[in-house]
Amino acid sequence: MSSGTLYDKVWERHAVAELPTGQTQLFVGLHLIHEVTSPQAFGMLGERDLEVAYPELTHATVDHIVPTEDQSRPFVDEAAEEMMAALERNAERAGIQLADPTSGRQGIVHVIGPEEGLTQPGMTIVCGDSHTSTHGAFGALAFGIGTSQIRDVLATQCVAMEKQDVRRITVTGELEAGVEAKDVILQIIRTLGTDGGVGYVYEYGGPVVDALDMPGRMSICNMTIEGGARAGYVNPDETTVDFLAETDRFREDPDRLETLRPYWESVRSDPNASYDDVVEIDGDALEPMVTWGTTPGQGVGITEPIPDPDDLPADKRESARDAQVHMRVEPGETMEGYEIDVAFLGSCTNARLPDLRRAAAILEGRTVHPEVRALAVPGSQRVKAAAEAEGLDEIFTAAGFEWRGAGCSMCLGMNPDQLEGDEACASSSNRNFVGRQGSKDGRTVLMNPQMVAAAAVRGHVTDVRTLSEVTTV
Amino acid sequence: MSDGPAEPVREVRGTGIPVRGNDIDTDQIIPARFMKVVTFDGLGEFAFFDQRFDEHDEQQDHPFNDERFQGANVLVVNANFGCGSSREHAPQALQRWGIDAIIGESFASIFAGNCLALGIPTVTTDEETVTELQDRIEARPDAEIAVDVENEIITVDGETITVTVDDAQRRALVEGVWDTTALMRANTDAVRDVAANLPYVEVDP
Ligand code: SF4
Repeated sequence: MSSGTLYDKVWERHAVAELPTGQTQLFVGLHLIHEVTSPQAFGMLGERDLEVAYPELTHATVDHIVPTEDQSRPFVDEAAEEMMAALERNAERAGIQLADPTSGRQGIVHVIGPEEGLTQPGMTIVCGDSHTSTHGAFGALAFGIGTSQIRDVLATQCVAMEKQDVRRITVTGELEAGVEAKDVILQIIRTLGTDGGVGYVYEYGGPVVDALDMPGRMSICNMTIEGGARAGYVNPDETTVDFLAETDRFREDPDRLETLRPYWESVRSDPNASYDDVVEIDGDALEPMVTWGTTPGQGVGITEPIPDPDDLPADKRESARDAQVHMRVEPGETMEGYEIDVAFLGSCTNARLPDLRRAAAILEGRTVHPEVRALAVPGSQRVKAAAEAEGLDEIFTAAGFEWRGAGCSMCLGMNPDQLEGDEACASSSNRNFVGRQGSKDGRTVLMNPQMVAAAAVRGHVTDVRTLSEVTTV
Repeated sequence: MSDGPAEPVREVRGTGIPVRGNDIDTDQIIPARFMKVVTFDGLGEFAFFDQRFDEHDEQQDHPFNDERFQGANVLVVNANFGCGSSREHAPQALQRWGIDAIIGESFASIFAGNCLALGIPTVTTDEETVTELQDRIEARPDAEIAVDVENEIITVDGETITVTVDDAQRRALVEGVWDTTALMRANTDAVRDVAANLPYVEVDP
């Protein structure tokens, strides 16, 4: 059993009661909702004649189904319009704040929570979306929940959960130019497996994590769920506090930041905290990672050969074989030169301002390969505005990227942005599952944003370090 | 549904359906495009849709299309089933298709939690036992299977296999306390106390 970790401390502060099931009833400090997983929960609430218990602690936005081209209402897609209308109705009736596309604050739920200062250290945060783990970057305990649990939270501001074990992951060394947080987490998932985190919460630390900015830490925590762990976090430090100080919430009320600071510091893992497991990852040895398969754990460094399924552990062989057929790759080759049709720069993993900046640095003065369709989809309306303020949109469009409105877009293909047929896509998102980007024959190669930009230019997966202007994070 | 205790789920009886493969994610169980709905009704027919139909909507080989398994209610799967997206649409689709219990090597934790919220047991056992069970169902689709949640035993055609049911899940199902909304609503005062003790929570008491 772990003790003295941030997880233990935040858990204890939020535990309400032990339930007859043996689970803990845990108070939820921040509940985020979006249009896909919440309407059914409001429906269940209505069936029981229950009200939303703490509407001021729930915040809503729309991200999965919003078109990123023309966001005027009603949306062209009737089903999307119906979901949007249901969210508006539910939010209004319950008195829940909604960041809709007219607000200037709309965006992917895991981008807007942090940028508004809603996400804070020592909180419990839930959302009906598995990538809620992203918010752990601030030292919050944040996890995805299902729709019945959304009903629970709406009705009681609590979730029923079992305590997990804590695995400390220390990333040592320093990242070389072209290598980013995304590569760190892809390496972690490849090392520990897509189910290696089942039953665990991950604590990320060490020199590489300490040196990352908040967006980088968010990229790591974001993909915790791809490693099978339900939540991951980084202990809050001055980088965290500096980021929060710049958000609306604390700019308007700087005293509040000082009031909360002692609490934030108190939840940090103790120096002598004990963990259920400890893992070390060598950051010096990392190179830009790319996936060759159809799970995020099927990744290699860009100069490394794709593994032979026969050399993998027995339980990984069959899925590796299927994945190599689907992706049309051969063991022994590297991913360098793998032709792409689409470049997608977006998602809650990598569509924040620094991600866009690094990609733009690669694209400046270059053009997208004529055979490639390239999309840049900022994570939120604010990210978009900030990028435009520094002229990034011009760099993207001059290079041949489409510059879109904020949303999930081609990360999961619930809006019109989808792969067609067997198109291959260099993607900065988090899931390369078959069918994920809207076409079941589509082929997704996950990589960091600089690598997406480089692939867009060359028309194939390529080592960004062989281009100039590579950025160190 | 009333705001009262749920029905106990002590045992599930019926016949089996094997779906083989590790890391079957919720995008495969219910593709995202079928989630553009505001209720869960009607999701059953889209379970495993992209594995069951090709691009011309022609049926492909898949257990969910197989005549022999049409009345089945016990799904038998391999490792890390239900990974990926947290969508409750996945167990909802399976339940609406007819699944009442799932036996597997391991389950993604959000998926298992979502199943519990619907009263679907997710029972685990080792790889060899799962494979054997899948082979057996293939060979005799009408073999009767009983999943005894309370005693952690599966019976197939009279033969018993020991399985594991997570403690909290077993208690919740057997005692009929898997309706967590009702359970937690009983502690409203304690919730208020916890909130009042958290420096960051700003609500009117
Ligand atoms: S960007 Fe992708 S992973 Fe993130 S919330 Fe949207 S659909 Fe989910």
